[in-house]
Amino acid sequence: MSDHDVSIGDAEYAGTRVEQSNRQVADLANQEYKYGFVTDLEADTFEPGLNEDIVRRLSAIKGEPEWLCEWRLKAFRHWLELEEPDWANVSYPPIDFQALRYYSAPKRDKKKLNSLDEVDKEILETFEKLGIPLDEQKRLSGVAVDAVFDSVSVATTHSDILAKKGIIFCSFSEAVKDHPDLVKKYLGSVVPPSDNFYAALNSAVFSDGSFCFIPKGVKCPMDLSTYFRINAAETGQFERTLVVAEEGASVNYLEGCTAPQRDENQLHAAVVELVALDNATVRYSTVQNWYAGDVKGKGGIYNFVTKRGKCAGVNSHISWTQVETGSAITWKYPSCLLMGDNSVGEFYSVAVSNMRQQADTGTKMIHMGKNTKSTVISKTISAGEGNNSYRGQVQVMPKAENARNYTQCDSLLIGDQCGAHTFPYIEVRNNTSAVEHEASTSKISEDQLFYCKQRGIGPEDAISMVINGFCKEVFDHLPMEFAVEATKLLGVSLEGSVG
Amino acid sequence: MLEIQNLHASVEGNDILQGINLTVNPGEVHAIMGPNGSGKSTLAQVLSGNDAYEVTEGSATFLGVDLLELPAEERARLGMFMAFQYPVEIPGISNAYFLQAALNEIRKSHDLEELDSLEFRGLLQEKMDLVAIDRAFADRPVNQGFSGGEKKRNEVLQLAVLEPRLAILDESDSGLDIDALRIVADGVNKMRNKERGFIVVTHYQRLLNHIVPDVVHVLYKGRIVKTGGKELALELEKKGYDWVKEELATA
Repeated sequence: MSDHDVSIGDAEYAGTRVEQSNRQVADLANQEYKYGFVTDLEADTFEPGLNEDIVRRLSAIKGEPEWLCEWRLKAFRHWLELEEPDWANVSYPPIDFQALRYYSAPKRDKKKLNSLDEVDKEILETFEKLGIPLDEQKRLSGVAVDAVFDSVSVATTHSDILAKKGIIFCSFSEAVKDHPDLVKKYLGSVVPPSDNFYAALNSAVFSDGSFCFIPKGVKCPMDLSTYFRINAAETGQFERTLVVAEEGASVNYLEGCTAPQRDENQLHAAVVELVALDNATVRYSTVQNWYAGDVKGKGGIYNFVTKRGKCAGVNSHISWTQVETGSAITWKYPSCLLMGDNSVGEFYSVAVSNMRQQADTGTKMIHMGKNTKSTVISKTISAGEGNNSYRGQVQVMPKAENARNYTQCDSLLIGDQCGAHTFPYIEVRNNTSAVEHEASTSKISEDQLFYCKQRGIGPEDAISMVINGFCKEVFDHLPMEFAVEATKLLGVSLEGSVG
Repeated sequence: MLEIQNLHASVEGNDILQGINLTVNPGEVHAIMGPNGSGKSTLAQVLSGNDAYEVTEGSATFLGVDLLELPAEERARLGMFMAFQYPVEIPGISNAYFLQAALNEIRKSHDLEELDSLEFRGLLQEKMDLVAIDRAFADRPVNQGFSGGEKKRNEVLQLAVLEPRLAILDESDSGLDIDALRIVADGVNKMRNKERGFIVVTHYQRLLNHIVPDVVHVLYKGRIVKTGGKELALELEKKGYDWVKEELATA
C-alpha cells in the first residue's frame, strides 16, 4: 500500500489510533446477518448459575468417568480464585457468570444416535440453512463435519471412512467414552486448566466439542471440520477441541461458527488444543462469523477463546489461519509452542471490526527448540466505529539457537470513526536468533477507489476488491472452500460501510 | 459524441476551468496542450468523474447523455476511459482479475453476457500481444512494482481490453523515454478507428509526432485560447507557450 501513515519499531510498546476522513464513507447502514434465525425446539437446559453441583450434574449427564469429573472440579475451584482479566483493549460491562446457563441440549432419546435419520429434522434443517448439509450424500466428499449445536455435538459425518485409516474423528463426549486413554493423555496438555480465567472456566464446564486423532504416518485423506452453532438464549457455549497428530501424520482442520441474532450478549469461551509430534503437520483454519451485534453495539457474541498448539517433536508444524468477521468482542491469540527442534509455527489472520465491534487478537510464538521458525501475518480491517488491536508476543528462550521470527501486521482503516492498534511484545534470550517486526497502517485511498470506478467497477465492489487484495496473503493459506466463503463474508461484513 | 459548453470547475475552492467549450466527434483525435497549471489534467479528471472536482457551471453531454449527472463508474460503462497520469497500485489483485471485473461490469451494463475466466484469458492475451505487453503482466498485481513506463503501457492495455468510445490520455508520455513512448503511441494508434474519439492531454509536442491529432487546442488559465490543426503543435514546440501568452496579452 502506498500510503503508510504509521510504522512501529521493534520490541517496543506502540499503540496508535489513527483517524482520517474519507469522503466516500458515510454512516454505516445496518448490516444484514443472514444466520441470525432461531431454531425452535425443545431443549434440556440447566437453570442459570454456576457452582460445584452444576459441574457435577454436567459431568453426570454426560456419563463421564470419575477422573474427568474431578478434573472439572479442580478447574472450577481454581477458577474461583482467578480474577477476570482486564488487560485487553476492549470494554464491556461485567459478565454475571451466575446468570448464564451452562448446559443446553436439544431434547432427544438418551440412546446414542445410529444414523443421521435419527437427528431432529429441525436441526438438520438448521445446518442445511447454514450451508452445512449433514446428509453425506449432499456433502462434498472432501470434508468430514462434526456439527455442534449449543452444548452438544449432533452429528459427525464420514467417521466410518476415516476409521479405516485409524483416524478418530468424533464429538468430545464420544471420545471420552470410546477413547478415554487418549483423552486423558492429551486433555489439558497444551492449555492446562489453570492457564487463564476463561480456560479454567471452560475446563470446568465444557460441554462438548470435537476430538480428532491422526495416528502415526497417516495423512488425513479429507479436511475435517467442526461447525459450531449457538441457538439457545442465555446460554454460554464452552466447547473443547483437541487435535492430535502423531509422528509423521498430517491434517487440515476447519472451523466455522454462527449464532442467532439476539439483543443480549452471549458468551463463547472455547479451548482448542493442537498437538503435533515429530514430523507431524496440523493446519487449523477458522472462519468466525458469530453474530456481531447491531449498529449500536447491542447484542452479539463475546468470543473469549484460548487456542494453542504444541509443536512437541522435531520438524513439527502448526499453522493457524483465521478470518474473524463476527462477534461483538473477539479476544483470542492462537499460539504455538515451538518445543521440537526445527519446528515451524505460523499465524495468518484477517480480523474485521465494523459497527461497534471490538477485536483484540494476535498470537504468541514461543521458541524453545533449536532452528525453530515462526511467521506471523496479521491483517486488520477497521470500519464504522470498530476497534481493532493486534497483540502479539514473540519469545525466544535461551536454548532456541538460530530461532527465526517474521511478523508483519497491516491495518486498513475505512472511515474516520474506527481505530487500529498494534501491541507487539518481543522477548529474545538467545543472541543467535533473529526477530523481525513490520507494521503498517493505511486507509483505502480515494485514488484507488476512483481508479476502479473509472474502469466501470462500482464503489462497493471497488472497496471489496481493495480489501480482498489487502487480505490476499492470508486468504492464500485458506482451503479453497473457505477462501470463497471468507471473500463473501468480508463483503457482507463491510456492506454499507461505504456511502 | 462529446459536447462541452462553458464548463467551469474548481478543486478545494480554486477555480481551475473557466469556461471550456469543446466538441469531439467519433473518429477524431483532439490534442489538449498548454503550460503547467493551465487545467489540462483537471479537464481530464472532471470528464472522467472524479468527484474531488466540483463543476460550478456549464454542461457536458456524452453520447447524448448528461455526463455531469453520472458517477464515474457509469461514465466508464457508457464508454468513457481515462488513461491515468499516475496509475494507482492495487496490491493483491492481479491485472487479469481487475480487468475481467471491469470488462464484465461494462458488458453487463450493455446487456452482454459476462466472460468467464477462460474466455477472458484468451481475449487478454490477444490484446497483450496487440499492444506489445509481456503476458506475464496478467498475473502481476495491478501496477504494483511496475516501472513508470510499464504503468503507462498497462493503461494502454486496459484501453485495448475495455474498448471505450472515448479515450482520454492524461499525459501518457510523461516520464517515458523515447522507446517507451513509441510503444505507448503504437498501442494507441492501433486502437484508433472511425468510431472512437480521443482526447490526448500533453505538455509536449513529441507525443503528437507519434499520435497525430486532427485538432490541437491550447489551454491557458482554464480556457481554450487557440485551436488549430496538427501544425499548431509544431508551432508551439518551436515558439514555446510564451508566444500564445503574448498574443493573448496584445489581443
